[in-house]
Amino acid sequence: MFSILRSMGLTFLHAFHKRDTIQYPEEKAKLSTRWRGRIVLTRDPDMGERCVGCYLCAAACPVDCISLQSTEDENGRRYPDFFRINFSRCIFCGFCEEACPTYAIQLIPDFEMAEYNRQNLVYEKEDLLIDGQGKYPGYNYYKVAGMAIGGKDKGEGINENPPVNVKSLLP
Amino acid sequence: MEESTSHYLLIIGGVLFGLLNVAAGLIWVERRMLALWQDRYGPNRAGPFGLFIVLADTLKLFFKEDWIPPLADKVVFVIAPAIVLVTVLLGFVVVPFAPGIVVADLNIGLLFFLAMSSMGAYSIILGGWASNNKYALLGAMRGAAQMISYEVFMGLALMGVVLLTGTFNMTTIVEAQRDLWFFIPQFLGFVIFFIAGVAETHRLPFDIPESESELVAGFHSEYSGMKFGMFFIGEYLGITLISCMVVTLYFGGWLGPGFLPPLVWFAIKVFAFISLFILLRASLPRPRYDQLMEYGWKILLPLSLVNLLVTAAIVLLQTES
Amino acid sequence: MPTIYIDNVPYEVTAGKNLLEACLSLGKDLPYFCWHPAMGSVGACRQCAVKIFKDEADTKGRLIMSCMEPVRDNLRLSIEEPEAKEFREHVIEWLMTNHPHDCAVCDEGGSCHLQDMTVMTGHSYRRFQFKKRTYQNQYLGPFLNHEMNRCIQCYRCVRYYKDYAGGKDLDVFGAHNHVYFGRAEDGVLESEFSGNLAEVCPTGVFTDKTLKQHYTRKWDLTMAPSVCHHCSLGCNITAGERYGSLRQITNRYNGEVNGYFLCDRGRFGYEFVNGPARIRKALVRTKLPEAVSREEALQEVTTQLKTARVIGIGSPRASLESNFALKALVGEDNFHSGVSDTDYDMVNMSLKILQSTPARTFSLREVEKADAVFILGEDLINTAPRLGLAVRQSGRQQPLETVMQASIPYWQDAAARELVQEQHGPLFMATLTATKLDEIATATLHASPDTIARLGFAVANLISAGSPEVTHLSEEEQALAEQIAQALVKAKKPLIISGCSTGSEAVLEAAANLTAALHAQNPETGLVLTLPECNSMGLAMLGGHRLDSAFAAIHNGYAEAVIILENNLHRCADKAEVDRFLGKAKQVIVLDHLHHATTEKAHVLLPAGAFSEADGTLVNNEGRAQRFYQVYPTAEDIQESWRWLAQIGQALHVPLMSQWENIDDVNRALMEVEPKFRSLEALAPPAGFRISGQKIPRETHRFSGRTAMFAHHNVSEAKPPQDPDSPLSFTMEGYRGQPPSPITPFFWAPGWNSMQSVNKYQDEVGGHLRYGDPGIRLIEPGQDGLNRYYHDVPEDFQPLKDHLFVLPLPHIFGSEELSSFSPGIAERAPKPYVALNPRDAQTFGLEAGEILSFTLNHQTFRLPVKLYPELSPGTAGVPRGLQDVPFFEVPAWAIILKPEPAWKNQPHTIS
Repeated sequence: MFSILRSMGLTFLHAFHKRDTIQYPEEKAKLSTRWRGRIVLTRDPDMGERCVGCYLCAAACPVDCISLQSTEDENGRRYPDFFRINFSRCIFCGFCEEACPTYAIQLIPDFEMAEYNRQNLVYEKEDLLIDGQGKYPGYNYYKVAGMAIGGKDKGEGINENPPVNVKSLLP
Repeated sequence: MEESTSHYLLIIGGVLFGLLNVAAGLIWVERRMLALWQDRYGPNRAGPFGLFIVLADTLKLFFKEDWIPPLADKVVFVIAPAIVLVTVLLGFVVVPFAPGIVVADLNIGLLFFLAMSSMGAYSIILGGWASNNKYALLGAMRGAAQMISYEVFMGLALMGVVLLTGTFNMTTIVEAQRDLWFFIPQFLGFVIFFIAGVAETHRLPFDIPESESELVAGFHSEYSGMKFGMFFIGEYLGITLISCMVVTLYFGGWLGPGFLPPLVWFAIKVFAFISLFILLRASLPRPRYDQLMEYGWKILLPLSLVNLLVTAAIVLLQTES
Repeated sequence: MPTIYIDNVPYEVTAGKNLLEACLSLGKDLPYFCWHPAMGSVGACRQCAVKIFKDEADTKGRLIMSCMEPVRDNLRLSIEEPEAKEFREHVIEWLMTNHPHDCAVCDEGGSCHLQDMTVMTGHSYRRFQFKKRTYQNQYLGPFLNHEMNRCIQCYRCVRYYKDYAGGKDLDVFGAHNHVYFGRAEDGVLESEFSGNLAEVCPTGVFTDKTLKQHYTRKWDLTMAPSVCHHCSLGCNITAGERYGSLRQITNRYNGEVNGYFLCDRGRFGYEFVNGPARIRKALVRTKLPEAVSREEALQEVTTQLKTARVIGIGSPRASLESNFALKALVGEDNFHSGVSDTDYDMVNMSLKILQSTPARTFSLREVEKADAVFILGEDLINTAPRLGLAVRQSGRQQPLETVMQASIPYWQDAAARELVQEQHGPLFMATLTATKLDEIATATLHASPDTIARLGFAVANLISAGSPEVTHLSEEEQALAEQIAQALVKAKKPLIISGCSTGSEAVLEAAANLTAALHAQNPETGLVLTLPECNSMGLAMLGGHRLDSAFAAIHNGYAEAVIILENNLHRCADKAEVDRFLGKAKQVIVLDHLHHATTEKAHVLLPAGAFSEADGTLVNNEGRAQRFYQVYPTAEDIQESWRWLAQIGQALHVPLMSQWENIDDVNRALMEVEPKFRSLEALAPPAGFRISGQKIPRETHRFSGRTAMFAHHNVSEAKPPQDPDSPLSFTMEGYRGQPPSPITPFFWAPGWNSMQSVNKYQDEVGGHLRYGDPGIRLIEPGQDGLNRYYHDVPEDFQPLKDHLFVLPLPHIFGSEELSSFSPGIAERAPKPYVALNPRDAQTFGLEAGEILSFTLNHQTFRLPVKLYPELSPGTAGVPRGLQDVPFFEVPAWAIILKPEPAWKNQPHTIS
């Protein structure tokens, strides 16, 4: 009986406590940099698209809300022809970011993407692509991948020897 | 005669209007107070202090689809929510809000109140049964058992006051408290009556007929729109009624120092008890069903009998001497 | 059966195999690279190391390469032994020191054997700190992409390309850790089987270039079992789709038919499905240019047909069901085969021979086991390429005898080849001109069809006197005949191959006589006849009148309307004649999936499903009926031809067709009406077939993008399309175990994402598929008990002055109608030409590249000359079925026109 009265008293005392509510939208919450919010596609330090269209994000997505088609420019650089995220299905789990081998897809601290029309939650590549490197500056996938692309021939990548001279028998 | 009829009509209208407003206002009050005790704000967006949430809620209820389950007993399903509203409102008939402001100053006022609050059980049983839903039926059965059980102690607890005053007339009971509010001589009675009141209005922590974490929404699982609204309003009116009764029977009704009019004193006291109801909700968890029944029959019943016995003995002694 | 102990558990295994095969057949996961079930072991990659122990007491054991160790009774080995595991992990680590960080942009990723094996061994962290080796890539033509950095030097590519497929232009260059797999210089890979490199290569050095143009990972493809439509062999394929377009054809293992390999026409010929020539909407001439809906088109057809008498023209490239539906709709008397006269005669002749010959028609697997082969008239690499590859393997049968005698297991590939060197088993070729198989032939004869037939008759006569004698044989021919007869009689499993491509019935008759004569001595004798189209056999079995009679029916007013099923009549009759026919017919209703000259004349054009959009059955050259399945739901108004015809039939109240709802109904009716198709019952599970109440999913469990791929049209996902015709579903939901072999949509097993997962679907590695290889043979030898010899030995070919006997020269790329609509194939197709013997060219005063004018069946041709020394004088070769060469009936005599100087500088056009 006493414990009931005590808990009522304690509850009553909360009337004089400070309120925890943050008065969003007037007052914004502080989000950590690792907040899993809106998904963006970033660019590498040379402002090239980081996404190479490897489909790993799509495969990792538990709700299958990513769909893309990879294509290639005339120099052999892969990029997504289209890249579509259906945010009305997205659960912001961040698996796509984990799966991405090129740091292209990133979740950023922004969640203010409500829409009156659900169709507007379907984001295409132009809605997703940003002009920056996002959370992982400095990484350029093609610099460490073996493929030759425009501006980087075979053997010009990081940690690569120049192409083998097949005709040489020297060790 | 002309004048007295219009006087009565005025009182009836005033009471009805006031009560419905209070009930609606309680939507806002309850949320704000719960929020206060939980370190939140509660509704604060619509209108000043979020007051218009009352309007918004009411509008919403009016515009919700008024759905009747296809397998329900349609007539009973419709009548059930009306019963709760009507009986609770009828219960207010005997409440003396201030000298002269009472709809019907019956000499069996207290009995009438008990009768009306017993009738309230029907709405739960019928609503739950007519829904043709397992959860609703379970809720209804729990509600029936709970309400019938707690009515016993409620009545017994009140008998203390009746013994002290020798009347069932509410105005007389209030007048009898000019010297001493009855919560002092009848403290045990007050506590039992209050607890029984909480159970009677199936408010938290005794909201076992609803218990949303077990039974979806208990007896009113299938109700929507304004039919649900009637249950909703009925509950708030029930809180108000029990608070009014507590004030009238144990806290001197409208009595108070003369610097405020009697009606205001009454309102202040009632509001204090309504707040207590909300505080209960904010702080206490729901007991198990068997615990509730055990508590009633094994603790409250003996206690209320003891209270009655002691009161009767003292009254007898006083009259002897 | 020897018993071996793997990690102390006894297993019974097949004798004569190696340990790796045995372990894989038992379902063990043992990594490997250089070994291939079709190519044997060389022990190059060191990846399949296991420990073997002397006896139970031996705890130390020794590491061996399981692919090099034969199965012995009571052999004890351990896969799980820590040292063996560590060794395998190290091997992968070494292989990965130079492997690029490429998987994200590598087309192999997701179906990569190297990825699978890396995960299997557990290697996960690169410790090698130094720089990676790089290579320059080569251009290898329109089919394959080259990315040498990824190479792990397993040597599978050259072993396949050179040793197995007989290619010359892919090799290994360089030395030590600089070895390079490629061509001596950039250029198109010459082999017709180069596409298999994409599957043979365990990583992404060679990848499918057509796939790259619309790249999709294997896990994202919607796949279904299909059958190649590009020649009569009926190789099994898996077709994969994404976003409504066909993306890739991969090999679908069938132990009896194609085994592990496909030809490039089959693998890369699919792109016509996505091409601009597709018919996607129903068209009605009176309502042009607007397309009409399915219902309107049906309405139009029914009103047109209600009053008219209608004839139907079937197609050898349409499914059995579609042809039968047409036959049911127009009636038996009005059903005509849509093939040229030559093809009609040749295919019916072939069917007759197959039905009457006492010998068995060999499947491709049996062809590979034949130890003496005589090919009459067929240029196999160009008419039935996969058969050519099988014949190449049969050439190894006799030399392998010596290998066995030397106690070398046949799968010890390097040792066996070292011993065999350049020996080949007896293979005799009598063809119109030089072919790619000539190099392994014991003896060749390049001659006109009649001469070839005479050689065949001569050999038959030598084997059995019952076959007619051939008079006036030259001495060389007599000697050759004797040599061939000897070799065939000596062989354990002799095989005669012929076919329809020469257009000469005498050649077929000779082959039939030969087979009958041989069979009387050796019941193991086999016969293989190749046919012009994928369902030529099915159409011939259904019966149908000549195309001529269809023309006659319209011209003499017997009928007014004609329904043409998936057929370009301009490819099987003279243009003028076809145009006259189509002009005379009051109603021309055409069902097809590609726009061509015949669809141009249609009054109503109904869009039919291409092979990837339809269910159906094909009957291949051995009489094997095989079911192909719709891969993806069709867009717009496309549906199977048989479904169109069934709907028309129902609108016209044809009683037989009234209940036709799905393919099973059509087949049921077919089996009732034509008892020879009765065994189709067992061909494939019916549409209602379920495993644990579930359909078989066409999509992998990893399929992605379900809720996004159509979100730009509508964010609310539509209900997935239903498939009323098969137990396969168009979704990723359904039964996840191994389905029955005819409805296996793709090969995948846990830990085995690449093509090599097929190991898990076979009852024994390299053997038959579990639950039997799909397909039902409709023709069994000696069905009608007739075994008579043909007696019409043709006279020897005599050149005529100012005339040339024009022979059709098939081309793997270009001769087949559908594949030539695919850009890659079109790029490899030859330009129109006329092939002449240099002597004839000299007679006409022509050099290579100059224009020869001639008339043939009243058509005038002007074609640039190519010199073929092997072509016999007096004959000329013209490529068969090229898109921009009008049809003409061959073989036939052409009249050579005097060169007109005025024409000389004209561009090489054909009138």
